[in-house]
Amino acid sequence: MSATTTKPLSLNRGRTGSLVWHLGSLLVLAVVLYPVVWVIGASFKPSKDIVNSLQLFPAHPILDNFKGLADGIADISIWTFFQNSLLYAGGAVVGILVSCSLTAYAFAKIRFAGRNLLFSLMIGTLLLPYHVLLIPQYVMFQKLELINTYVPLLLGKYLATEAFFVFLMVQFMRNLPRELDEAARLDGCGHLRIYWSIVLPLCRPALITSAIFTFINAWNDFMGPLIYLNEPGKYTVSLGMMMFRDSDGVASNYGGLIAMSLVALLPVLLFFLAFQRYLIDGMATSGLKG
Amino acid sequence: MTLVKDSPPATRKAGSAAPAAGRGRGRRENLAGYLFMSPWIAGFLLLTAGPMVASLWFAFTDYNLFNSPKWIGLDNFTRMFDDPRWQKSVEVTAKYVVIGTPLKLLLALGVALLLAQSRRGQAFYRAAFYAPSLIGASVSVAFVWRSLFSDSAVVDRTMSLFGVHAGGWVGNPDWILYCLVALTVWQFGAPMVIFLAGLKQVPKELYEAAELDGAGAFRTFWSVTLPMISPVLFFNVLLETIHSFQIFGSAYVVSNTYCGPADATLVYTCYLYQQGFKNAQMGFASAMAWMLLVAVALVTAVLFWSQKKWVHYENDAEGAR
Repeated sequence: MSATTTKPLSLNRGRTGSLVWHLGSLLVLAVVLYPVVWVIGASFKPSKDIVNSLQLFPAHPILDNFKGLADGIADISIWTFFQNSLLYAGGAVVGILVSCSLTAYAFAKIRFAGRNLLFSLMIGTLLLPYHVLLIPQYVMFQKLELINTYVPLLLGKYLATEAFFVFLMVQFMRNLPRELDEAARLDGCGHLRIYWSIVLPLCRPALITSAIFTFINAWNDFMGPLIYLNEPGKYTVSLGMMMFRDSDGVASNYGGLIAMSLVALLPVLLFFLAFQRYLIDGMATSGLKG
Repeated sequence: MTLVKDSPPATRKAGSAAPAAGRGRGRRENLAGYLFMSPWIAGFLLLTAGPMVASLWFAFTDYNLFNSPKWIGLDNFTRMFDDPRWQKSVEVTAKYVVIGTPLKLLLALGVALLLAQSRRGQAFYRAAFYAPSLIGASVSVAFVWRSLFSDSAVVDRTMSLFGVHAGGWVGNPDWILYCLVALTVWQFGAPMVIFLAGLKQVPKELYEAAELDGAGAFRTFWSVTLPMISPVLFFNVLLETIHSFQIFGSAYVVSNTYCGPADATLVYTCYLYQQGFKNAQMGFASAMAWMLLVAVALVTAVLFWSQKKWVHYENDAEGAR
């Protein structure tokens, strides 16, 4: 009895309450998942039916949309775009893991002069609109002749500019038992040893969360590639799709575009299914201590 | 405190007195701290602080990327305030933020309250509702959105059942912005997860006490739940507002890259992109970026100032840490 009275809304008790709860949740679920289910069904429909047919799944599913993708977009194989996106996302993950964990270790475990000031500056960059930096960064990379390379997209990831992940890791490291690194210090371990052998292994959950968020953000990134990449062979999946949309005959090959949308979503959806616990826990802790 | 005991034997041999060893330890800690921080410091100087100074300078110049910047004083700003398209972009962005953010947060809070009752399936619903936040910013979803909100597609036909005939939202300047609002509201899962975490931390005794006092569901929510989760609410309001000021990708793709029809989805960053990267007006675009920064800073300042009045921090003593 008392178990139900301690919940935020004590309205729904007993069987009717349970029924209302499940109906409400299912209703939200239907609306939330509709676009995802729609894109799966639509990619098996002929182009002319995609917008107009209200049937979620076609009576006669076809594979033509996916077969068409094998021909590539404007003579570039779909696989090229995927390789480029993988390169970008993979490179971003490595950079974030290394640079943010080093920075977070300094904030959480080393007492150095100016630590609090630097920490406030780091938190300040969380709120800074990226667009203030966009134009000078572009000018800088243009002077260095690095436009149309992945350097502008990746450099920031190797220099810990993503304050969110530094913050996430700092929170995690602060909660590790202090005795462990104190004992290691007594044994004569330097910071590098403590960082590598004690703190990093214990931080695995925070590292996994950061890695997956970084991968997904880079995979979805649109503005960065749009501004810095201008040669179709270097395009990421997002830009490849925009090129597909602009190409001739897309009106008749709308199904191809929708199929491509589904294929581009798959890596993110798979990551989500595999690691949803890490993502949700990471998201939850970001709000609690802020 | 226990400096001598902590320091490894090597320093004890090298150093003479305890204070000297202490200073050596402190210096080594400083060195280690800055070495570990060096990637961040380089990034901060090269990619954040430096560009900020540069864009402030560009904002007062005429600069097209090929000639060197020419100082023109406040011209960019006066031109900007007189520019009807700039005014339009401010209006569109304000509308998007003011309508979209509260709707998204209300839905997030409502669903979080629903899910906070631990029943079977809770974890599944939580995960499913969170998924759109991960894919919502992608080009794929923007394409899907364009299709769903086209003429005689599912949204239009559903609305027709209720007597609203908007045709295709994406082609209608009066409606296309709501298509973007719907897209951001659809991603309510991220703030919902944060609300849920906050709700879980409300001590159960408070609900029991409210129950004993005979408080109803609404009264309990208003006097117990809401004050207890106000820090989380503050965090969500702050982050969601700042983020929605900066919407770009979905507006750009959903409106077929021209932020129309009739500039109906000309969000601020879309116009900034057009001016900077299509018209090579780097000075004007920098001035625009600084206005955005000022707007975001003002909103942040107002929110922080207002939190004294409505945000309830449980352990103020710990705030210093």
